[in-house]
Amino acid sequence: METLLNLTIYLPLIGLLGILLVRSNETLVKWVSLVTTLATFALSVPLMLNFDAANGHQVQFLTEGGRFVFGLDIRYLVGLDGLSLLLFMLTTFMGPIVVLSAWDSVHKHAAGFFAMLMLLQTGSLGVFAALDAVLFYVFFELSLIPMYFLIGIWGGEGRIAATVKFFVYTLVGSLIMLVALIYVGYDAGVAVNEGVFTSDLRIWTGDAYAIPLAQQTALFLAFALAFCIKVPLFPFHTWLPFAHTEAPTAGSVVLAAIMLKMGTYGLIRFCLPMFPNASEAFAPMMATLAVIGIMYGALVAMVQKDVKKLVAYSSVSHLGFVVLGIFAMNVTAVQGAVIQNINHGLSTGALFLLVGMIYDRRHTRLIADFGGIASVMPKFAVLFMIATFSSIGLPGLNGFVGEFLILMGSFQSTVLSNIWFAVLGTTGVILAAVYMLWMVQRVFFGEVTNEENQVLTDLDTREVGLLLPVMILIVWIGIYPTLFTGYSESHIHHTLERSKAKGEQVAAAARTQTNPAWVATLYGLNDDLASK
Amino acid sequence: MDLTTELLHFLPAIITSLAGLAAMMFAAYQTDMRTVWAVSTGAVLLAFALSVRDLLGDEGVLFSGMVAYGGSAAFGSMVVLLGTFFTFLIARDYLEKIRHHYGEVYALMLFATTGMIVLASSTDLVSTFVGLETMSICLYVLAGLVKEEKRSIEAALKYFLLGAFSTGFFLYGIALLYGASGSTSLAVIGAVTQKGILYWAGVALLLTGFFFKISAVPFHMWTPDVYQGAPTPVTAYMATAAKTSAFVALILILARGLQGSVAGWAPVFEIIAMATMVVGNLIALAQHNIKRMLAYSSIAHAGYALVGLTAGTFAGYDGVLFYLFAYTLMNIGAFAVLGYYETSGNREIVNLEHVAGLGFQKPLMAVFLSVFLFSLAGMPPFAGFAGKYLVFAAAIEQGYLWLALIGVLTSAAAAFYYIRVMVYLYFREPEMDITLGEAPKLAMAAVALLAFLTLYFGVNPGSIVNLF
Repeated sequence: METLLNLTIYLPLIGLLGILLVRSNETLVKWVSLVTTLATFALSVPLMLNFDAANGHQVQFLTEGGRFVFGLDIRYLVGLDGLSLLLFMLTTFMGPIVVLSAWDSVHKHAAGFFAMLMLLQTGSLGVFAALDAVLFYVFFELSLIPMYFLIGIWGGEGRIAATVKFFVYTLVGSLIMLVALIYVGYDAGVAVNEGVFTSDLRIWTGDAYAIPLAQQTALFLAFALAFCIKVPLFPFHTWLPFAHTEAPTAGSVVLAAIMLKMGTYGLIRFCLPMFPNASEAFAPMMATLAVIGIMYGALVAMVQKDVKKLVAYSSVSHLGFVVLGIFAMNVTAVQGAVIQNINHGLSTGALFLLVGMIYDRRHTRLIADFGGIASVMPKFAVLFMIATFSSIGLPGLNGFVGEFLILMGSFQSTVLSNIWFAVLGTTGVILAAVYMLWMVQRVFFGEVTNEENQVLTDLDTREVGLLLPVMILIVWIGIYPTLFTGYSESHIHHTLERSKAKGEQVAAAARTQTNPAWVATLYGLNDDLASK
Repeated sequence: MDLTTELLHFLPAIITSLAGLAAMMFAAYQTDMRTVWAVSTGAVLLAFALSVRDLLGDEGVLFSGMVAYGGSAAFGSMVVLLGTFFTFLIARDYLEKIRHHYGEVYALMLFATTGMIVLASSTDLVSTFVGLETMSICLYVLAGLVKEEKRSIEAALKYFLLGAFSTGFFLYGIALLYGASGSTSLAVIGAVTQKGILYWAGVALLLTGFFFKISAVPFHMWTPDVYQGAPTPVTAYMATAAKTSAFVALILILARGLQGSVAGWAPVFEIIAMATMVVGNLIALAQHNIKRMLAYSSIAHAGYALVGLTAGTFAGYDGVLFYLFAYTLMNIGAFAVLGYYETSGNREIVNLEHVAGLGFQKPLMAVFLSVFLFSLAGMPPFAGFAGKYLVFAAAIEQGYLWLALIGVLTSAAAAFYYIRVMVYLYFREPEMDITLGEAPKLAMAAVALLAFLTLYFGVNPGSIVNLF
């Protein structure tokens, strides 16, 4: 199984070499990419089937390599646990779909395009499987390079500004995280690893290692900044609409379905277990930003003229839900956040695929250019409606499960202890229905206003075929969510329990010593003393 | 230790100096400069192999404590010889294209390399000085190689004047330190207990001389003009081998002679490192000439290496050594591709606009250039990332958090100008009618090997870090 996991991660690289070998033959390039991504998915299925969900808090299929550099405990550590399994599977699942989506639309430097997709696949799989912080960082940055080229070479008109903004923005965040990461490495080394620098996440998030309050604050902010830029959380979202709009369809899909998830994944993987007190102290702030993001994203989406931009802003809104769920910090909400990660990947991924299909036909994405195309393209309309309903959280489809859990969790949250977060968050669901359905109405229903739309051809077998698996999952998660939430449940229980215990332990230790005034205020140390 | 063993340890430098003499003789009698090239390259390769053997062996000092062998000294020589070797590989076709393929170029480079090896292994300030001057004088001449061109002459003169000026500082520092300690040996200087004004003034002047050589801000003024004016392979040579040897000499002086007064010099290094990173990167942002941009970027990279020295620990020195190694690989690579662009286009290619769209015309070269640029920007999984990681880690371990933060923030700014080259290479449509000729096979092989090494040591930095 360990071998299988490694093979799954690196198979796309082998595919990349294959693509380079046959680079002059476009058809062959596409087939090599398709076979590679299908094989990657096929290899990952046994991992899911053999995963012991009841012990999801434990790392499974672990590969433990030797030290990279003498004197520093940086190792090759990969494995899956309840948190990463679903995202890992989502990545392998989207692989063939993304390749198929670009089948007929990419002709310029096709070999380069598919090679970049393969590199991106390895990078993303590595991010979710890495259990060493430095390794995580390496994959995190590695996935940036192919996306930079995907947007820059195969993107739309404003691609250069969009891709440079995306690259530099993300890089600033992750470089600051790098400093924090090195600091934690030494700190953990001194504390629990016999003075040897360690970036083993099992040690970092383990019970033995706790970080004092003042350091927690700074480290939390550094890590959270990197992940919030990646998510992106309001006000760090400005790169996203550009990148999404200018990216080619395949790039948008990977960006929405997988790359944004690295941010929310990082928040749960690093911030909650390592900085429990800081997470709690900053939870209201993060939740506020998340709620602002939910409402702001929805309101801006409402006034968009371009369908793709509308979907991009809806991403800002949806990811706000995920962050809200994470910082509600109870099992229900975090569970909702984890499953909403997957849901957003499926529904927004599907919407980007569909927008790409209509763009291939009409070379426009403006809502005003369409109208009444449901009668011309019935299959397209049906699939688009399902994706829309999933996106707005219609009960019975996957989106409902995630949003419901998140909102319920944030109502009950003792950390946020304010129902307004959930109340205001709920308006996001309503607004989502408004902007999505209004757009659907203007694009699909009524008379065909534009003559050019009369001759549109409906989706062909390839297009229906690539969307069908996504649609099946959308319904499947919607009617039988426990099958999927079951994987992450034990991990979330475990993480929240342990981090709560660790938080109390750190706070108790802090009370026995004098703290700077800001630490005492931020973490409410004085109030506790007074009440006792 | 008897003389024979000592000479055997010193063999790399002996080989390069003899090869330099041979190259000069050949150049005088031979018309075929390729033979001179072949002899010189062979000699460098042999010296390189010997320095690797030295690196794997034990450590010690030679010639009554004048030079060290093994350990960081051997590593420094190894990197210098590696840099020289790759410079030779790219220089032949470049110099033939610009019709300045003289045998004396190789002779001068071999003499300079000899100086660099002495510099990078000296444990006595006198041998440091001898090495430094041997290197510098050869480089002054090399910078002005294309004597028909104004810019090249300007570069040589500027380099010479400022270099001579900095040598003055350096010598004065040695004199004062001799006064304070009664010796020029680093071991004796390291044992000084009474640190008066004489001692500190000596240290300050000595370090100032070094700051000139490694082009640290505010002693960097000569660098952009010299790097831009010199022929590209010579620039690559100066930016990598020369800088490496100066840094290794600095490490030897700090570790052996000044380790006891680390609290005194570390704050100075901290400020200089900050200034160097900020100024180098910010000015590089504004450059349109790619070579000049790389010159400023090399200033910035000196700043990153200074971060490792600021830490003042052996982890920091090791980090710097790896950084220099990685920097040598990726920087020669970048200059090699640049040299190819300069000489193979149907018109001049020097600015960013000129490379617009070239990425798809000769894809392999552009991919290699991208690897070097990503590595220079410090992106994983390339060697540049591992280097940055090691120096920042050493600094953070010593509590220089702000220094590391400024380091990473300037890295982000730096990423912007590195990826801008790729914006032009791949994302923009060609603005001018530029067609590139075939790449010379030799340069192509060198670039491919460098790209492979950049990736290999990025994924597996331990394979070399564990050696020293």
